[in-house]
Amino acid sequence: MKVDVVIIGGGINGCSLAYQLSKRGIDVALFEKNYICSGATGRCGAGIRQQWSTKENIVLARESVKIFSNLSRELKEDIGFRQGGYLVAIHDEKELKEAEERVKLQRSLGVDVKIIDKDEIREIVPILDPDGMRAIGATFCPTDGHADPFKTTFAYARRAIDNGAKIFTHREVNKIFVEKNKVKGVAADGERIICDYVINCAGAWSKMVAKMAGIDIPNRPLRKEAIVTEKMKRVFDAMVISFRDGIYFSQQSEGNILGGIPGPDEREGYLHQPTFSFLNHMARTLTRYAPVLKFVRVLRHWTGFYDVSPDARPIIGEDTEIKGFIHCHGFSGHGFMLSPMVTKIISDYISDGKDSDYLHSLSIERFKGKDISREVSIVG
Amino acid sequence: MSKKIVCRCEDVTEEDILKAIDEGYTDFEELRKKLRIGMGTCQGRTCIMLALRILARKTGKSIEEIEKPSFRPPVVPITLGSLAGEEDEG
Repeated sequence: MKVDVVIIGGGINGCSLAYQLSKRGIDVALFEKNYICSGATGRCGAGIRQQWSTKENIVLARESVKIFSNLSRELKEDIGFRQGGYLVAIHDEKELKEAEERVKLQRSLGVDVKIIDKDEIREIVPILDPDGMRAIGATFCPTDGHADPFKTTFAYARRAIDNGAKIFTHREVNKIFVEKNKVKGVAADGERIICDYVINCAGAWSKMVAKMAGIDIPNRPLRKEAIVTEKMKRVFDAMVISFRDGIYFSQQSEGNILGGIPGPDEREGYLHQPTFSFLNHMARTLTRYAPVLKFVRVLRHWTGFYDVSPDARPIIGEDTEIKGFIHCHGFSGHGFMLSPMVTKIISDYISDGKDSDYLHSLSIERFKGKDISREVSIVG
Repeated sequence: MSKKIVCRCEDVTEEDILKAIDEGYTDFEELRKKLRIGMGTCQGRTCIMLALRILARKTGKSIEEIEKPSFRPPVVPITLGSLAGEEDEG
C-alpha cells in the first residue's frame, strides 16, 4: 500500500487529522491498535476551556471553540457541543491575585471571562456550597463548554472514510522506516505501507511510536481516574474546577455527573487498575463542593492516561531531525479541547507547507536546553 | 413494527442497533459507545448479551469471536455519601 500520510492513533487528534487531510485531497491511512476512542479520548471529561495561563493555550482553545461551535453542521452529525461555561474556584487572596492576572491576559486575547463572588457561584451552579469549597469567588467564562467525545470522534472518522481515508482498527504499526533522516514508510502487522509522513497521535503511547523512528520524546504516561453517577434532572450547565483541589466535574447532556481528581495513589506508567483511594477522595471532595450529591449513586469508575509533556503543553509539528515525522502529542490532559485548532495547523502545514507560530513555540525543539514556560492551569 | 427495547436504561432499540451496524459500527465497543448501550444504572446486566447476539447475528460472527466489554467498578451503584465515609476530610 502507498499513501501520503500514515496517522498512528484513533483518538480525537488522529481522527480529526484523517478528516482534515482527506478533505484536502490527501491520501491518508489511520492505524489504531485497539478501537476508535479506546484510549484517552473515550475516557476523558471532554471539557472545552479557554481559561489558561499561557498565551498559546488560550488562543488555541479560543480558536478551537470557534471550530467546535460549527462542527455538528460541518460533520453532518450532532457532536453534542454545548456552552455551559467553566467555573474556576478561587480559594484565597493569593489565588485571587493570580486569577486577576490570568483574566487580564485572557480578556486581552478576546475571551469573555470575569471574576464572580460567592453569591454568583450559587446562581450559576445552585448545588455548590462556596464555604464547603473553601472558595472566596471564582472566574467564569460562559463560552467554555463540552462536546461528546464519542460522537465527535466517530463523526470525524465517518466523514474521513467518506472522503476516501482508510481507517484500520485493531491494527498496530510496529515499525517505522527511516532512510537518510527521512520517513519512508511503516509496517503494520507485517504489511509494508509506503508514505511521506507519519503523524504520531498515540497519546500515552507516543513515546513508543517516536522510538520506532529513533526519536526520544520526554513524555510520560500518567494514570488518571474518573467517575460517572446515575442520571439526575438537569441542575447545572457549567463545568466546575479547582486548580488547588484538582477536581473537575460537570453534568452531562444525559444528566449524569462526570468528574475526576488527582488520586492519592497516582503513579506514572501503564497501570489500569482503578483505586479505592481515588474513589474515596473524589467522593469526599465532591460532596464537600456539592453536599446534596451525597445521595447520588456512582455507576462507573475507570482509568485513562494523560500523556504528559515536561511543561504540560502539547508537542506539535515536524521533527527537526527526522523529516516527515510529525509530532501531535503531549497534550497533558487537554487533547480533546485543543484538537480542532492543533489538527488544523498540522493539516495546513502538510497540505500547503503553511507555517504557524505554534509550530515553533510548541516544537519538540523547546526541550533542547531552553527555558520552558509552563502551563499551570491544570486539573484532573 | 413495534419497538423492541434492548437497553432499558438508555432506551436503545433493536432498530437503533441494526442501523448503527449498517453505518459501520461493527466493533462492539464502538457500537456500545455510539449508542450508550449498558451505560445506565444496570451497567449492562440485561442488555449487553442481547446486543452482542444482535451484532453476532447481523455480522455472521459467533459471540465467542466478538471482543466483550470489560466491566467497570463498582459492581452495584453506591452513593457518593457512602463512598465518602463518615470521617471528616483532614
